[in-house]
Amino acid sequence: MDIVWRRFVILAPYLWLLIFFLAPFAIVFKISFSDPLVASPPFTPLFTRSESIDFAFFFTLDNYRFLLEDNLYWISYFKSLKIAFISTLLCLLISYPMAYAMARAAPGWKNILLFLVILPFWTSFLLRVYAWMSILSTNGLINNSLMSLGIIEQPLKLLYTDFAVYLGIVYSYLPFMILPLYANLEKLNLDYMEAAADLGGRPLIVFRDVTLPLSLPGIIAGSLLVFIPAIGEFVIPSLLGGLDSLMIGRTLYEEFFGNRDWPMSAAVATILLLILILPMMVFQHYQSPQEQQEA
Amino acid sequence: MNKDLHKPDKAWQAPDEAPFIQIEGVSKDFDGYLAVNNIDLNIYKGELFAILGASGCGKTTLLRMLAGFETPSAGRILIDGVDMTSIPPYERPVNMMFQSYAVFPHMNVDKNIAYGLKKEGLAGSEITQRVSEILELVQLSEFAKRKPHQLSGGQRQRVALARALVKKPKLLLLDEPLAALDKKLREHTQYELMNIQDQTGVTFMVVTHDQDEAMILSSRLAVMQEGQVIQTGTPREVYEFPCNRYVADFFGTINLFNTQVIETNNEVIKTRCNELDAILFASSPDSHEIDSGITIAVRPEKINLSREKPSAEKLSVLQGVVWDLGYYGNLSIYRVKTKSGQIIQASAQNRIRSATRSLEWDDEVYLSWEPTSSVVLTE
Amino acid sequence: MKKAYPGFLISVLCFGYAFLYVPIVLLIVNSFNDSRIVSVWGGFSFRWYANLFENQQIIDAALLSLRIAFISATFATLMGTLAGLALTRMGRFKGRVLFTGMIAAPLAMPEVITGLSLLLLFVSLQDFIGWPANRGAMTITIGHITFSMAYVAVIVQSRLSSMDQSLEEAAMDLGGRPFRVTLDITLPLIAPAMLSGWLLAFTLSLDDLVIASFVSGPGSSTLPMWIFSKIRLGVTPDINALASIIILIVSIGVGVAGWLILKQEKQRRTESQLKLSE
Repeated sequence: MDIVWRRFVILAPYLWLLIFFLAPFAIVFKISFSDPLVASPPFTPLFTRSESIDFAFFFTLDNYRFLLEDNLYWISYFKSLKIAFISTLLCLLISYPMAYAMARAAPGWKNILLFLVILPFWTSFLLRVYAWMSILSTNGLINNSLMSLGIIEQPLKLLYTDFAVYLGIVYSYLPFMILPLYANLEKLNLDYMEAAADLGGRPLIVFRDVTLPLSLPGIIAGSLLVFIPAIGEFVIPSLLGGLDSLMIGRTLYEEFFGNRDWPMSAAVATILLLILILPMMVFQHYQSPQEQQEA
Repeated sequence: MNKDLHKPDKAWQAPDEAPFIQIEGVSKDFDGYLAVNNIDLNIYKGELFAILGASGCGKTTLLRMLAGFETPSAGRILIDGVDMTSIPPYERPVNMMFQSYAVFPHMNVDKNIAYGLKKEGLAGSEITQRVSEILELVQLSEFAKRKPHQLSGGQRQRVALARALVKKPKLLLLDEPLAALDKKLREHTQYELMNIQDQTGVTFMVVTHDQDEAMILSSRLAVMQEGQVIQTGTPREVYEFPCNRYVADFFGTINLFNTQVIETNNEVIKTRCNELDAILFASSPDSHEIDSGITIAVRPEKINLSREKPSAEKLSVLQGVVWDLGYYGNLSIYRVKTKSGQIIQASAQNRIRSATRSLEWDDEVYLSWEPTSSVVLTE
Repeated sequence: MKKAYPGFLISVLCFGYAFLYVPIVLLIVNSFNDSRIVSVWGGFSFRWYANLFENQQIIDAALLSLRIAFISATFATLMGTLAGLALTRMGRFKGRVLFTGMIAAPLAMPEVITGLSLLLLFVSLQDFIGWPANRGAMTITIGHITFSMAYVAVIVQSRLSSMDQSLEEAAMDLGGRPFRVTLDITLPLIAPAMLSGWLLAFTLSLDDLVIASFVSGPGSSTLPMWIFSKIRLGVTPDINALASIIILIVSIGVGVAGWLILKQEKQRRTESQLKLSE
């Protein structure tokens, strides 16, 4: 009974993840080497139990060759990295003063401020992105106010631009940056800063020499929490971005649903996964000592 | 309270008495770190045995092996003649009181205590009866329906004790039973524990880092260091006849002198201490070679203080000035500085009620002690 | 000693929270706007709410989403709790490193990859063993369980590793077999963490667009899928009303959960204070 229980506790989630999380990647990898077919499913199987005695083996590098040759994919990968990187920086610039202000607030206020940061995170992501659509649209709030104030004659094109994509990502991922920064800054002993000020450091110097280096773990954790998911973002570029806002998540989606080229999408996904492995390992590396500290 | 009350039969001295708990060559290896190294111990029925050692000495690992939470890498553990080495904790006739007490926070006192009996599958009426008996023993009857967070630390400790005792274990393990209590409560609880052990007759094994606790509580104790037992004996034996410097130092304060043997005569050896430029005497049943180096250890309370030079034969005598003195109410502690600059500690009972001190700072004093007061340490 | 809170920080907070909340507030205000054009106030009206409740498609999609969220959150809590137990209470086992990796990876995996890979799995499975016969609520539920169980596992694991393990050892010492000890001691004590995990899994499922789009089949459109297909074409006032309702429900839910957690924290703190004071 007890051994059965132990086995069950380990095996049930283990098998589930093997079947529904790990095995699918193997299949993606496999399909990225097969030819597209106008059929259902629209790809040639890598193995088949067909007439021949041996497993027939279809293997092609065409998808990867095409991926290398076609600029579209390179532009998408590059643009995703660029947008993710700049958005992460912007997030950091907005979040740091906020997290700092929260960490220095009176104890009674801290929980409320924290709650107000977390709350939007629980409300629908899709709807938060949508909220910006009506603000940025041609007859949206910004354009109408600017026009009625007489600042502009013609409505600005705000929606369906890269600007909107940056705004959407920064807005949606802000809590992911604020929370680790806050957790880090809150633990920082204010005495350090006061001691540094006491020793004659001017505020900006104190910040540069003391606060900033001490909050580096929070900065790294928050940046990765924004950067990693932003690379593969799909909803924001497809709702707020223009036709040229080709982030890789969106390209993959279009490739799959638009062109129905499954092997090609699988190849795109495989490369995306390879790009993500490095930042994910960095994240894991920075996360584990933190967890040990807490335990 | 008579200290010897709870140990009427000195079972470990009776030749025909079989040990109740036998620990035979037990070791525990954690990935190359030898936490417990080849321990042999015999514990007799009804004993209150203490395992004493600094943190990291392996005492907790030994306890956990007795409870069944760790399996020994080598050796055997027998309880009442039955090999327990590979029996899981839930099938052992052993119960434990955890250092954190581990009182289940979501159950009231009643349910906490009944938990173990329910797992035995006893009838409801018997459970009720045994729970109320044990509640009476630990004086918690009126708290039966309380939740743990409504209890004080001392009360929670008694719930943990009752919960383990109600199972009528052959061996009760207590992991630092008093560490979580404050000083006043600790003293009271010590005597309460001894009382309960006496009434129930259960064999207790206490693990502690506190030498006072071990000395007051236990009938016998074992001192552990780096995974090994370095001395076993009654508290008096271990205090008065420590086997090495570590044990001597572990139990209270002791003055240590490095000396050379000059003369041996009738179990009394005459030594010379170069640092003090003095002759010291010690009694020792062992034979010592002339010129061999030995350490002489003397407890502060064995040292006499006097203004006049004592003149008895074979008395170790040192001269110095009072460097520091501390008044502790029942006794005073003197730190005396010798001519050569060594500080020696001596203590004296304040038997006479007086508002003034007989000795003051910077007073010249003589320190003296009998040869039988010295302990000879060769390690 | 105590310095006044700098005015600069106050303005930082005002700006920050305005950035977070103004779009949401505008959305809610607009949901009562009678005008079809978002930035022109055409008077107060409930007409978009009325529209919403007349639209059978929305109601069907919402019901489907709720059903999937309920089932997947429940299973994810079960699986995630088992995974948390496996990582903290079962000692060493073969393949533990891989297991830890598979728990952590879904948290950072882009949804497009998870969605695509799951779909390819379902298609291959159908090819080889004929199951699942068709894609829809069932396959979406499996997808949601897979990624939200990782979140539950992380929550449960952190609660378990902060919990005094001697509680379970004590129960075992008193004669409880491991399975009984889990039921009698562990589960009641981690119940609040499991509830938080369930709520998170429920929200994640309700919120998911990408995975559902990949693994759903014809005829099973979840609420986010329906919303996405509408707003892709531009701003529509009924979505404002729908969004307001969802935001209201979520805020109440999160508020209650936050209050419960805070209350529990407080109790735990007084308990540890009690311990210290003696």
